Parts: sequence; structure tokens; C-alpha cells
Amino acid sequence: MELLAETAAWFGDPAHWSGTDGIPSRITQHVQLSGLALLAGLVLALPMGVLIGHTGRGGPLAIGIANIGRAIPSFAILVMVLPLVLGLGLGLGFWPTIVALVVLTIPPILVNTYTGLRGVDPEIIEAARGMGMREHQVALKVELPNALPIIIAGTRVAAVQVVATASLGAVVASGGLGRYILDGFARQEDGRIIAGALLVAVLAIATDQLFGLLERRGVSPGIRVGAIRGPNG
Amino acid sequence: MTDQPLISWEWVAENLDLIAERLVEHLALTGIALAVGTAISFGLAFVIYRRRWLSQPIIQLTGILYTIPSLALFAFLVPITGLSLLSAEIGLVSYTLIILIRNILAGLDGVPPDVREAADGMGYGPWGRLWAVELPLALPVIVAGLRVATVTTIGLVTVTALIGQGGLGQLIVTGLLRPGIFETMIYVGGILSLVLAVVADSTLLVIQRALTPWARARA
Repeated sequence: MELLAETAAWFGDPAHWSGTDGIPSRITQHVQLSGLALLAGLVLALPMGVLIGHTGRGGPLAIGIANIGRAIPSFAILVMVLPLVLGLGLGLGFWPTIVALVVLTIPPILVNTYTGLRGVDPEIIEAARGMGMREHQVALKVELPNALPIIIAGTRVAAVQVVATASLGAVVASGGLGRYILDGFARQEDGRIIAGALLVAVLAIATDQLFGLLERRGVSPGIRVGAIRGPNG
Repeated sequence: MTDQPLISWEWVAENLDLIAERLVEHLALTGIALAVGTAISFGLAFVIYRRRWLSQPIIQLTGILYTIPSLALFAFLVPITGLSLLSAEIGLVSYTLIILIRNILAGLDGVPPDVREAADGMGYGPWGRLWAVELPLALPVIVAGLRVATVTTIGLVTVTALIGQGGLGQLIVTGLLRPGIFETMIYVGGILSLVLAVVADSTLLVIQRALTPWARARA
């Protein structure tokens, strides 16, 4: 009960709603950092996934590397890129966090894009070629839309992971909502700790729900999973 | 950074005891979480198996737990259970649940209906059938879930160093806090946790193959 009161008091303090360390500014930093990382991850992983998914060349190798990448703890990636980033003279905070976050987004997007494209019914691809489509048209107009639900699912995993790891960015002096938690630990302010945890948790769940909605609604009904299986599916 | 090698092997050689100690802590934190997580997951999966209507609420609740970022989950616990092993384990166990429950249920659902019928015909009761027929057949899918849970937990244990529970994450945090940053500790902690995840994953696969020789024979 005391904890609830402390948390409510923390949220009620007007000082916590303004300035760089204020809630709106911390949320903005967190969302910007996460959004930028996800965008960069998509720009890097999506074309790569479409290419190896379409040609089938280098697939197992890329997937193998991506799976090993997945086994590296995100916290370890975050801190391990730090010496490299500092070596480049980029400084603490933003750069090590964004680099680590981009690295994290690549495996789920790449693996799902590849798997999604490989999973498209060969008869559909045959038909597209029969209609006179060129290879890049087959990849972009037929395989990519058909694989979209699986690609969005991978992007959803990446997005939730990025929001989670962005909060760990506070360890390398980045902004974002993780600051409240680590500062709260340091100052032993339970209200600040719980408030930070609530904000981070709500943002992660909201991200998951948003991409869940995209997964269901953002895909044309004609190519939703299940619709591509044909009359016997 | 430029005139120094990435890893100071001299430091590694002098601190093998410390590294071993952190590795053992990491294994213990992981092992406890997986043991408790597996026990709870089997319990919940069996409850769902008999009372299907419970599946949605349990899956949704454990799904939300899984979505909460680790730092936030530990932060919720620290004001209540302190910077303690209990806080670390409650968090770690929470993350294993959805992975394990889903795979246990998928494994059990994958048992062919005629196999169930044959077991019933041989006189097995519902629990006897579950234990002697359905669980062994579901084992490959269950172990697949256990492998994912193991790799995930080994990764999350690095974060428990932030609430003072040791493990390989402690090497990372200590290296980070040293004046001017000590790269060797960061890389040793990070790389060992990756190696641990890969080794644990392969070990479980080998065990699963040994336990289910029929799966290999069929393939």
C-alpha cells in the first residue's frame, strides 16, 4: 500500500512532467530510439531476406548466423558494442544503444522474411512466371506480399525486444525510460523504480498489441495466412 | 583501445577462479529458474489439458508476463522482495512459463487420436495414459520448448547482475564500471554467456534424441 502511495506521489509531482528528465521527454526519447532502430533494422534486413529468400542461395548460412546472433544476450550485445563505439570516438549514450538495438532487430526480421518467402506456394510462383513476370517482379509483387504476415510477426518480435533493450540503454548512459529504474535503484526511491517499471511495461505491451493489430489487419484479406492454402487447406 | 588488444589474456589467466565462480553462479541461477519454471508449467499445462476453458486466461496472462521487459519486471520486484535471489528467480521463472506451457500443450495435442484410443483400449486410465503414452510422444516438442526457454534464461541471467545476483553479467557490469572501461571483462562475460547458451542448447538436443529413439527411426 505504501508502495502504491509512493508511486502515485511520484506520478503526481509536477516536477516529473517537465524538462529532459520529465515523463513526456523520456517517453519521446524511448520511442525515438526504438523507432529509429527498428527502421534501420528493416532497411538492412528486409532486402537481404527477400534476396536470399527469393534465390534460396546462402539461406542456411544466413539463418545459422542469425540464430547464433539470437543466442547472444541483448544486455551483452549492448555493453559489448560499447568499446567499439567508443573506439570510433562516438561517445556514450545514444550511439552504443542504437548500434546494439539495430543488431538485435536483424535476426528476427531476416529469419522471418527468408522463411516467409521460402514458404510461398511454388505453384503461385510458377503462375507468376507463366504470366511473364520478371524475377524482381516475382519477388516484390508475389512472394513479398504473400510472406507479409510472417514478416510482420518477425518485426513484432524485433520491436518488443528493442523497446525492452532500449530500457537497458540507461546502463550505458542513454536516455529513455530505463533511466527512472536505474536512478531509482541508485537513490533507493521505490516510487521512481515502480513508476519507471510501469512506463516501460506499458510501452512494451502497447508495442506488442500494435504490431499484433498490424499482423491481423494490415494484410490484404486475399493473402491472409490460410487463404493461400487453396481449397483443400 | 587502439594500442590494446581486445582481450587481455593475461587478466584472463590470472582470474580463472573469478571467471569460474561467475560461470557457476550463472549456471545455478539458470538451473533453478528452469527447474521451477518446468514444474509450474507442467502443473498449469495439465490443468489446461483437463479444463480447456482455462487455456485462454493462462496463455494470455503468461504472455503478458513474457512481454514485460526484464529490467521492468526486476524493478517491480525489488521494492517488494529486495535485491535478492528471490527477485531474480521470480523474474526468470516468469519468462519460462509461456514458452514451456505452449510447447507442452502443442506436444500433447500432437499425439494422434488413434494412439489415444489404442491406449484407452489397453485399459489405461486418463493419468496413466498421459504418463505412459502421451508424454513420451510429446517429448520432442516439449524439449524444443525447453531449449528455447534455456537459451532465453541464460541471456536474461546476465541482466540479474543489475540487481546484484552475480553470474556472467557481473563481469560485464564490473568491466563497465571500471574507470575507462575494462573491455576484457565485458567480452569474457558476453562471449561466455553466448557459449553457455549454445552448449546448453546442443546438450538438450542430444539428450532429447537419446530419450526418443523412435522419433529418429521414423525419420
